[in-house]
Amino acid sequence: MTRALGRMAAWRLAFTAPLLLVVTLGMFVLAKASPFDPVRQYLGDRALTTSPEIARQIRANWGLDRPLAEQYLTWLGNLLRGDLGESRSMHRPVAEVIGERLGWTLLAAGCAMVVMLAASLVLGSLAAWRRDSWADRLISGTAYANEAAPVFWTALIVIWIFAVRLRWLPPGGLTDAASGTVEPADVLRHMILPVAVLAFSQSSWLVLFVRESLITTLREDFVIGARARGLRERTVVVRHALRSALLPFITLLGARVPELVTGAILVETVFSWPGVASASVQAALAADFPLLAALTLLATLAVVAGNLLADTAYVIADPRVRVLGVS
Amino acid sequence: MATGVAGGLTRSRRRFPRGAAVTLVLLLLAVVLVPLFARLDQQLVDLHAASLPPSLTHPFGTDEVGRDVLLRAVYGLRVSVLVGLAAAVVSVTIGTLAGLAAGAAGGTLDRLIMRIVDGFNSVPHLLFGIFIVALFTPSTTAVVVSVALTHWMTAARIVRSEVLTLRARPFVDAAISGGSRRLRIVRRHFLPHLIPHIMLAAVLMIPHAIWHETALSFLGLGLPAHLASLGNMINDGARSLLAGNWWASLFPGLFIFLPTLAISALAQYWRDRSNPRWRSELQL
Repeated sequence: MTRALGRMAAWRLAFTAPLLLVVTLGMFVLAKASPFDPVRQYLGDRALTTSPEIARQIRANWGLDRPLAEQYLTWLGNLLRGDLGESRSMHRPVAEVIGERLGWTLLAAGCAMVVMLAASLVLGSLAAWRRDSWADRLISGTAYANEAAPVFWTALIVIWIFAVRLRWLPPGGLTDAASGTVEPADVLRHMILPVAVLAFSQSSWLVLFVRESLITTLREDFVIGARARGLRERTVVVRHALRSALLPFITLLGARVPELVTGAILVETVFSWPGVASASVQAALAADFPLLAALTLLATLAVVAGNLLADTAYVIADPRVRVLGVS
Repeated sequence: MATGVAGGLTRSRRRFPRGAAVTLVLLLLAVVLVPLFARLDQQLVDLHAASLPPSLTHPFGTDEVGRDVLLRAVYGLRVSVLVGLAAAVVSVTIGTLAGLAAGAAGGTLDRLIMRIVDGFNSVPHLLFGIFIVALFTPSTTAVVVSVALTHWMTAARIVRSEVLTLRARPFVDAAISGGSRRLRIVRRHFLPHLIPHIMLAAVLMIPHAIWHETALSFLGLGLPAHLASLGNMINDGARSLLAGNWWASLFPGLFIFLPTLAISALAQYWRDRSNPRWRSELQL
């Protein structure tokens, strides 16, 4: 098993390096095609008063007067050495910006994943078990509607209900504007709405998937057999049917990282959550290439890692794959 | 996101979704007819009527500067549908060409194209879209390019797999034995068979393209702010939300939500009727 796993991981990694290389090259080419002048961008209003001499000096410092291939190689070399460059909009090293914000994104997204998994499993199983009941209609109907609703719109409705009308929870931010320190209790209160919205927006496919998969499994012989042996209904559904119904879901979960990133970008922006996902929007609004490129690369890495995790989990979970190899 | 989750409302699947069709037709009529016949100016600013809640004169209320939200939402939907349509056409065209090339050529070119598809797929769509629009000045073209470049892969996959099954069919063998060149086979034998699949892919792409455009506009990175697009309207409405003006962002959102729901219901119906195998392939 470890050998199969190792082989697969090695194969994946071998594919990752050229992939990341292509992504960096693509980003670089796009950035060079951009009509924006980074030096002007950096100077902002000062561009009008700065002498051309100084602008040329900055240009030379950033290596913008070098040939394109050389610029790309320098940038790539710096990336490989861990130097992600300087964020032009935040006027700080990119690594520092990411280091400061990554934790908040991981915290919010991680909590959202846990909530989403737990809620979807329970609701999806309930819908499948009580198929065509009012509970099933409600659950699958909501999941369907949720699929069609843009997450930022859902987020705004949630803010309006819980923050504006009911005044139960704050509408956004990490802490209260008045407080100077980061208190865990305060963060927790600010976290509830974004985490709930992110979890809800990501859950619909999983609810529908668990439902459909369990419905199919509940028809299978071994479930009928378990029922015939007089096992309790709960044991049949949870221990027998659900377990085998969930197998394909492991791979699907890992493949959902791109959607999670998309959700995080929108939710973090609506709730002013100071994570890396909302930073990408700020970087984009300021045409801050170094920061945006680093964040895009980070997201690509997350997607690749998600795929690898999915495959690994599948190998561990399914004895057929383990014995016969990945087809 | 929008369409194509496997499964769903099993029972209602076989019936024709009449409600969805009616909603879609009504919205389309509004989009086409209102700008033609209504003598109303959607950009009309009336500061005396700013931020009014929904009433009989303004069924959806008015926004911060007193513009009628219903009228603007209709115009916004029009802009979003046009941009969505353009983006869907461009992305499906790119996808079809890539899929055809990969499927018809096979070998190294096929592998290369599919690796490119994998590469594009491993950058999250919205982030990649943001990256593209960020580097260009906000314009309709930038949004269309951004949506097209992030969404062509699905069409490419579908077309390639269809071509691979077509290649094995006897009439293709017959054409080859008859002396047809590759280009002729592609044009005369592959394309006509692919048209229905391409059309369906394009129709299903529209809600995605609209969603993408709206998300970009909502973030302030999409269409120019003066254009009444649905995303811009929700973004504008969000600013006055904390003051309690829920209508300025809720109703434009409904105009994204309802057509998306309707299209996905119709697509599901169509797909189940025509080809059940598609459900798993078109996980858009």
